[in-house]
Amino acid sequence: MQALTTRSKVAVNKKMTFVERLYIPAILGGLRITLNHFFKKKVTISYPEEKREFAPVFRGQHVLKRDENGAERCTACGLCAVACPAEAITMVAAERKPGEENLYREEKYASVYEINMLRCIFCGLCEEACPKEAIFLTDRMVDTDYVRNNFIYGKDKLVEPMDKDKRIDVSKRETTETREFKTHPGYAHNKLYTKSLK
Amino acid sequence: MSISLFIIYKVVLVVVVFLISLFIAMYSTYAERKVAAFMQDRLGPNRAGPFGILQPVADGVKMFMKEEIIPQVSNKFLFILGPSIAMFTSCITGAVVPWGTSLHIGGHEFALQVTDINIGILYVMAITSIGVYGIMIGGWASNNKYSLLGALRASSQMISYEIAMGLAIIALVMTTGTLSLKGIAAQQTGWHWNVFYQPLGFLIFLICAFAETNRTPFDLPESDSELIGGYHTEYSSMKLGFYLFAEYINMFISSAIMSTLYFGGYNMPFIGRLGLSPNLAAILGIVFLFAKIFFFIFFFMWVRWTVPRFRFDQLMNLGWKILIPLSIFNVAITGFFILLLHK
Repeated sequence: MQALTTRSKVAVNKKMTFVERLYIPAILGGLRITLNHFFKKKVTISYPEEKREFAPVFRGQHVLKRDENGAERCTACGLCAVACPAEAITMVAAERKPGEENLYREEKYASVYEINMLRCIFCGLCEEACPKEAIFLTDRMVDTDYVRNNFIYGKDKLVEPMDKDKRIDVSKRETTETREFKTHPGYAHNKLYTKSLK
Repeated sequence: MSISLFIIYKVVLVVVVFLISLFIAMYSTYAERKVAAFMQDRLGPNRAGPFGILQPVADGVKMFMKEEIIPQVSNKFLFILGPSIAMFTSCITGAVVPWGTSLHIGGHEFALQVTDINIGILYVMAITSIGVYGIMIGGWASNNKYSLLGALRASSQMISYEIAMGLAIIALVMTTGTLSLKGIAAQQTGWHWNVFYQPLGFLIFLICAFAETNRTPFDLPESDSELIGGYHTEYSSMKLGFYLFAEYINMFISSAIMSTLYFGGYNMPFIGRLGLSPNLAAILGIVFLFAKIFFFIFFFMWVRWTVPRFRFDQLMNLGWKILIPLSIFNVAITGFFILLLHK
């Protein structure tokens, strides 16, 4: 049978020699090891001052994106809610009134869009399902709170600010590869989408 | 020197020694945490003040603000007496340690030692023996089985190791010919440190010092993981603080005693050749003594984070079957050499 580890040792019940029974050489060896560690570089990250960088694939709090003109991209199609395995997303659709073209990109929009952050498992399937590039998971953490109700994030917390300087950066996740993945005719989930293009 | 000047000088010296002991004990807690952290590749306390140097103050404030709990089933008088004895005995040992030679100010000579009693070593031994009572009474008065077990372990451990410690000191006294700590320190000028004449005695004394101060690997009285703190399980607030503090003062004082007995105390090699004024030399001597003391305090911590705790039977085996015969052997061999060299 193959050994599970390369570092296994056969136990030998030999009698210890006199020097070994003195223990002093062993203790000195131990002291040397601890002293070495004393001068080693510390692994601690002093949190509030120093922050560990998130991985590029980190999935945190969601954002609902606006387009270049500041209109919401979301059309309340509900694909994200269908895709959501935790059933954390609910929305109410509404029709765009004349004069609201600068607020909503298409004729239909979500008047209510809520994500329950306690239910959400941050899998990113909503982002994958979204055909309008409207929802993204960002590298922000969801804030803590004392009340469960406060974890149901509405549009006030999810939609990014209108101001161009305050937009949330999702360039790490909204890449040409992801775009191509979404529109690629070879994938089953794109069948409907590509059909609609024709 | 007039009597009033004498009294003022002694009172000042006592207060200074007392405050220094407390201060060093306070910062030993900080040093302990820092050393522990560094040896485990961590940073340790670094929030209170720069590098966390105000941490002991914060800890002290915390200790004082904690609720004072005295168990109803305990013996109240003894419950309070326990930590008081522990604190008292650890503080008064510093009285006989020679912190330096003496300062000459305005034609008067001020010895840097609170009192030079001619049985200084016996005094130290006596006080450490009384120190057991603090732990024993505290553990017994708590009326708690863990406390009692801790106290039993503490007293049996300290009594066992005192014998070996006493025998190590007997060998030392045979070579020095005096019981006065001042006399012993004065003999070790230059490189004539007693550790070179009594290496085995020093080793035994060192091990016993670890056992007497209840430091790892001999921290069986406390052994957090199995006795929930041992003899001070029922203690809270500053009474607990007194016990913990007494341990650090003990560590400081035993480092001072070890430096004085075996490492030349305030003596520095080559100091005589520099031709310094006596006062400056005395002050440098104090600095040098404290450097030795700090090394030993660091050594105490270093060992704590290296060596795991003994099992109780191993502790007793080491004390009775190894250290005591070894120290008797040391006494015999010392006697043999004295006989050989002085014939």
